[in-house]
Amino acid sequence: MAAHSAVQKRKRNVSILGEVYAILVYAILYIPVVVMMIFSFNNQRYNYYWSGFTTQWYAKLFSNSTLIGSLWYSLIIAVLSTVISVLIGTLGALGLKRYEFRGKRFINNMLYVPIIVPEIVLAVALLIIFMRLGLSLGLGSILIGHCTFCIPYAVVTIRGRISGDGDSLEEASMDLGANRLQTFLRVTLPSIMPGVMSATFLSFTLSIDDVIMSNLLAGAKNSTLPVLILSMNKSGVTPDVNALTTLMILVIVAGMLLNSGIRALIKKRSSRAEAL
Amino acid sequence: MSKRKSDSSTGRHRRRLPALATAGPVSVWMILFVTLPMLFIIYISFMSRGVFGDVVYTFSLNSYHTLLDSTYFKVISKSLEAALLTTVLCLALGYPFAYYIARKPPETASKLIMLIMIPFWTNSLMRLNSWLLLFQTSGPVNAFLQWTGITDHPVTFIYTDALVILGLITNMLPFAVLPLYSSIEKLENSLLEASSDLGATPGQTFLRVTLPLTFPGIFSAIILVFIPSLGIYTVSDILGGGKVLYIGNIIRNQFGSIRNWPLGAALSVLLLVITGLLIFIYTRFAKIEDMEVV
Repeated sequence: MAAHSAVQKRKRNVSILGEVYAILVYAILYIPVVVMMIFSFNNQRYNYYWSGFTTQWYAKLFSNSTLIGSLWYSLIIAVLSTVISVLIGTLGALGLKRYEFRGKRFINNMLYVPIIVPEIVLAVALLIIFMRLGLSLGLGSILIGHCTFCIPYAVVTIRGRISGDGDSLEEASMDLGANRLQTFLRVTLPSIMPGVMSATFLSFTLSIDDVIMSNLLAGAKNSTLPVLILSMNKSGVTPDVNALTTLMILVIVAGMLLNSGIRALIKKRSSRAEAL
Repeated sequence: MSKRKSDSSTGRHRRRLPALATAGPVSVWMILFVTLPMLFIIYISFMSRGVFGDVVYTFSLNSYHTLLDSTYFKVISKSLEAALLTTVLCLALGYPFAYYIARKPPETASKLIMLIMIPFWTNSLMRLNSWLLLFQTSGPVNAFLQWTGITDHPVTFIYTDALVILGLITNMLPFAVLPLYSSIEKLENSLLEASSDLGATPGQTFLRVTLPLTFPGIFSAIILVFIPSLGIYTVSDILGGGKVLYIGNIIRNQFGSIRNWPLGAALSVLLLVITGLLIFIYTRFAKIEDMEVV
């Protein structure tokens, strides 16, 4: 009996230790975010040390045309590369899962190159090719760069959601007179929708946060928000960037909650449909 | 495969169009923007640099000789050390953390995983900048150290290797935790119970059962932390302030101010070789498709 309670006590101590440890690790992950947010209220032109509370940066950031311009540029790139990547990625995931063709293994392996190889290598490789072909750097080169790492993530994310038995449902659909496009839109797409949505979210966040690819392929004219922040780092980051980043994380978290809400709704509907 | 082969010729023909329409775009993209650039960068690494920083298309091993120069060799070994230290610390920090999450009920666990991801939707450069603000000579950490009397003069943290390693760890930790979590989560509780019923101490159970069974997760974590740490230059740029140089910084500089593309290409090929070697070892005992990359 005494031994038993000693074991329980030890177990409880271990679990308390676990909680404390987990809180410490979360602290390491969240401290930079919290500090970043605090310094968006810093009453100083450049962030070096704390010198008083102000909310002025939240108003002023919208009149900083360089900052807002780079935000728009980042958003345009993120939206375009997400659309292209999810489109090619969805089709690719289906093709690579369902069909056998020559060179499939090779393409499969190639998909893991942008995921695993350090980003700088891919960026430099693309830069050399563009320069050799005499293409000018700008929106096009950044888009190609971003899609090159977003497409593999999209394929991997969506492929994980495709079940092997989808084939028979599609055959049934076509036997019932639907054409290929109708079958794709009405049968295939809804079944892989959760994967497509994860891929969309992932591509967007990968693109909007990317520094290395954008930095090397940007050219001289426009820079994305992360590239602008990187260049600011030498002179000191202005608090309006902190304010903008704070607003962005709030929007992203809201988007994420909406995404999981929609997913829960789809799940509920499909389980109801199954019950019928 | 055999099923497809046994299809009648009309069946095969019927399948060719959808295969082309679905897998075609991704295949073309990968060949154009991954395979070709990779081959081209290997080719460039064997060319020479002109007087004006242009590429002269004559074969030379100059760039690879330069890598063995003491300056570059030091940078390479320093980068390898930093990446190794980051990987070891991420595993040491991440394993107990992943274990803690994996032992929670699934609902709680997925929320805890979400909680790891949220900070990473904040711009990584801004998060790095926060460490700089905290560790400034006149910053809060130094103020605290002086207040407690641990030191009587400010300690220089910024632009040191130690701060760069801290930045690398905080940036890479999720890439260790996620694969570790998914391999620990698959662990059967009954195996651990059987081990302890048969008289193993918790330590023995961990070393003989838990650790070997979660090895795929550990190896995925090693690859997903070590390789990016080798190439990333933003962390050393911001927290090292130009004083801490790793391979990534050197490559970037070859394509910027210094303009020595063949040398930059050779350094990139070095990263490719290291990556290839690790992946080769990985594929000896696991499938690349099973690596938890997302």
